[in-house]
Amino acid sequence: MIRFQNVSKRYPGGFDALQNVSFHLVHGEMAFLTGHSGAGKSTLLKLIALIERATRGQVFIDGKNLSGLDRRLIPYLRRNMGIIFQNHHLLFDRTVFDNVALPLIISGHEYREAGRRVRAALDKVGLLDKERMYPIMLSGGEQQRVGIARAVVNRPSLLLADEPTGNLDPGLSLDIMNLFALFNQVGVSVLIATHDIDLIRHFNKRVITLQGGLLQSTGAGLP
Amino acid sequence: MTVPSARVWFLHHFQVALASITRLVQNPFSSMMTIAVIGIALSMPAGLYVLLDNLQRLGDSWKGSTSLSVFLQHAVTNPAARELADRIGAWPEIADVELITPEEALDEFRRFSGFGSALDDLAENPLPAVLLIQPLAENDNPSGAETLQNKLEALPETELVQIDLQWVKRFHAILDMARRGILLVGVLLALAVLLIVGNTIRLEIQSRREEILVTRLIGATDGFVRKPFLYSGLWYGVTGALIGWLLVVLVLWLLAGPVSNLALLYGSSYQLQTAPLDLLLVLLAFGSILGLLGAWLAVSRHLAQIEPE
Repeated sequence: MIRFQNVSKRYPGGFDALQNVSFHLVHGEMAFLTGHSGAGKSTLLKLIALIERATRGQVFIDGKNLSGLDRRLIPYLRRNMGIIFQNHHLLFDRTVFDNVALPLIISGHEYREAGRRVRAALDKVGLLDKERMYPIMLSGGEQQRVGIARAVVNRPSLLLADEPTGNLDPGLSLDIMNLFALFNQVGVSVLIATHDIDLIRHFNKRVITLQGGLLQSTGAGLP
Repeated sequence: MTVPSARVWFLHHFQVALASITRLVQNPFSSMMTIAVIGIALSMPAGLYVLLDNLQRLGDSWKGSTSLSVFLQHAVTNPAARELADRIGAWPEIADVELITPEEALDEFRRFSGFGSALDDLAENPLPAVLLIQPLAENDNPSGAETLQNKLEALPETELVQIDLQWVKRFHAILDMARRGILLVGVLLALAVLLIVGNTIRLEIQSRREEILVTRLIGATDGFVRKPFLYSGLWYGVTGALIGWLLVVLVLWLLAGPVSNLALLYGSSYQLQTAPLDLLLVLLAFGSILGLLGAWLAVSRHLAQIEPE
């Protein structure tokens, strides 16, 4: 699903965010990406989502080499991945329903069909009764679940999450992670960047560790 | 890559168009400011054009007064002059010929000039015989009159042909100049509309920065992001054009009374023409083009700067 081959990313100014990183996340696999702040977790996710481009090396998504990808094709690539952010990036002037429907509107689905899918996604994250509410009326955990519903509504084959539990207490964090594991069970590949080691211990999943832009380990789950 | 059906495509356009209108209505004060400025800017050249059109028609209605005065040589006697008048009157392009003999002319001059006693001292009548010639309507234009002038000048009896055309030409020249001036004003104000719309859309883009970022992150194409702003520009242009037209109508309505008063004083029943309906169509066309173009400028300049980081 995701393959990094000797990928380096140097930001303008000379800072090396990633150096010679190689790993492979197969279809349907779930992995955690850990490391201290500034270790390169966010940069790695940005390279996958084509928010940034690699300085050296190659990134493949679904067998497609991203290095030569035309800028105009980026939107279509992003539609096949669900991205979840720490600050969830919801639109506060729209209802929960409209927020979740946005990816479907963007990819040109019919409104009626979209409605069905939105309710299905909201049902999965347990927020079906809040579809008419505005994000501001929801708690932090609920807002994050709206973000997840928006990420999965398009039925992507890959979910990317950048510190999805960064602002949540441990109980809520576990709920969110369980949600990701649930999507993984139905075949979605999942890559979650987090520095919450305690949380990772609850899951027997692969952990990719970065340190100072270098790959530390791509091993199996922590003991 | 899913390609949306035509029905979905139209539906989406409709929804975006509607949402753009809603956004304008939600901020009535600031939208009205922009729309009013666009309206005023569009009404200036449009209103001037209508006034010019009125002047032009006024000029056309004066055309029928073109006449030629043929001053005959002194040697031509009155019977010869009368015979010449009859000859010219038979020409196909002539409507009417009137002969003023030297005696009649002197008499008229004596009566109107106030030099009566001075004229009595003259040994002989210095005035020539004059033929006043009125061309037929189809020759009653600058070029027709000039052809006639040349033909009259070629007659052996003619001393001088004076044509009452100079001021008509000047009037047309002034109209031409005014038309050019209005065109320049129009171009400048069109540029102003472009900048106003562009700046308004730029502000709108800035205030919706977060939304643009989010939609980009979840796979919106440039076209999708661009669409609502282009519609905003279009609505600004269209509503501005409507306001501009209403302003022109209002100004003409306010001018109509004084103009017909003035016309009455000149013994004319001239009435100011109201704003024609095709002016509304022209304004709407220009307004929407300028609105779209202004929005396009802002969008192509500023949207590229909003990329996820």
